[in-house]
Amino acid sequence: MIVRIATEGQYELDDARSDELNDLDNKCVEAVEAGDESAFQSAYEQLLDLVRSAGTELGEDELTESQLILPPPDLSFEEAGEQFTGDGLIPD
Amino acid sequence: MPGIAGRFSTVVKAKVSKLLDKAEDPAETLDYSYQKQLESLQNVKKGIADVVTAKKRLQMQSDKLEQQVVKLDTQARQALAAGQEDLARTALERKTGLQNELQSLDTQVAQLEEQQQKLTDSEKKLQAKIEAFRTKKEVIKAQYSAAEAQVRISEAATGVGEQMADVGLAMQRAVDKTENMKARADAVSELEAAGTFEDLTQLGDGKDDIDRQLAQLTTTSQVDDELAKMKAELGTGGAEPPAQIDAPAEPAPESAPADGGQSA
Repeated sequence: MIVRIATEGQYELDDARSDELNDLDNKCVEAVEAGDESAFQSAYEQLLDLVRSAGTELGEDELTESQLILPPPDLSFEEAGEQFTGDGLIPD
Repeated sequence: MPGIAGRFSTVVKAKVSKLLDKAEDPAETLDYSYQKQLESLQNVKKGIADVVTAKKRLQMQSDKLEQQVVKLDTQARQALAAGQEDLARTALERKTGLQNELQSLDTQVAQLEEQQQKLTDSEKKLQAKIEAFRTKKEVIKAQYSAAEAQVRISEAATGVGEQMADVGLAMQRAVDKTENMKARADAVSELEAAGTFEDLTQLGDGKDDIDRQLAQLTTTSQVDDELAKMKAELGTGGAEPPAQIDAPAEPAPESAPADGGQSA
C-alpha cells in the first residue's frame, strides 16, 4: 500500500504491515480520547517510524495516489483532537 | 481505517477531488489540471518568499538587540569604573532582559528557517511531479484510446493533486507559524518605538533619570579619557609640566556676556 506522511512524502509499505498501522492508529485515538498527551506523542511517533522504516520512499516523479495519508509529523496534541471535533487540519 | 490516519485521508482525498472536479468537461481535465499545478507551484514560491521576508525582519531585530546588549555592557563597565554600582546594576538588568528577548528571537529565526526548508523541499517535489505529469500525459495520449487515456490521465492528475494538497497544507502551517512570529516582531518594534531599546547615550524626550545619568556618565568618562590622554601627552612631550597647568588656573569671568548681551 502507498502511505503518505503529509508534508513529508509517500512510502510504499507491505500490505502485511497494515495491522500494525491500525493498532498504532487506534492507540493514537485512545490517547486523544483519554486526554493523554504523552501517550499520544509516543504512539504517533511510533506510527510515523513504522511507515518510515518499513516503507520505501517513492520517487519524486511518481504520480500514484496514496491509500492512506497520515497527518504532518509536527501534528500537535490539540490538532489531533481537532481531527475528531470537526475542525480538521485542512479547511475547505 | 477509522483512526486519525483514516479521518485525515478522507479529508485530503475530498480536497483533492474538489480540486480536480472543477473541470466538468473530461477533455478539459488535462489542461485544467496542468494549469492548476502551475498555479500551485507559483503559490508555494510566493509562500517561500513570505517566510524569507519574515525571517529577515526577525534577523534585523535580533541584530539591533545584539548591539544594544553590547552597548549596555559597555555602559555597565563604565558605571562600575566610575564607582556607580547602582547604575551598573541597572544597565546589567536591562542587558539581561534584552538577552532573553534576543534568545527567543533567535529561536524563532531558527523555526522560520525550518519552515523555509520544508517549503523548499515541497516545492521541489511538486515541481518533479508536475514535470512527470507533463511527460506522462503525452505518453498516455499516444498509447491509449481516447477513453482509456482520459482515465489514466485523471489518475495521474489525482497523484499530482494529492501533492498539490500536501503543498497547500505545508504552506498553511508555515503561514500560521509566520503570522505568530510577525505578531511578536510587531510587539518588539513597538517596544523599540517606545524607546525601550533606544540608545541610552542619547539625551532626548521621555528619558528617565537613569538614562540621563548613564548618558552623562558616558560623556563624563569620554572627557576624562581625553583629559588623561592629554595629560599623558603633555607629561612625555614637555620639559616644564606644572607651569602650563598652573597658568590658566584663574580665568577671567567671561561667562556673563554670553547670553546677557543678546537679550533685547
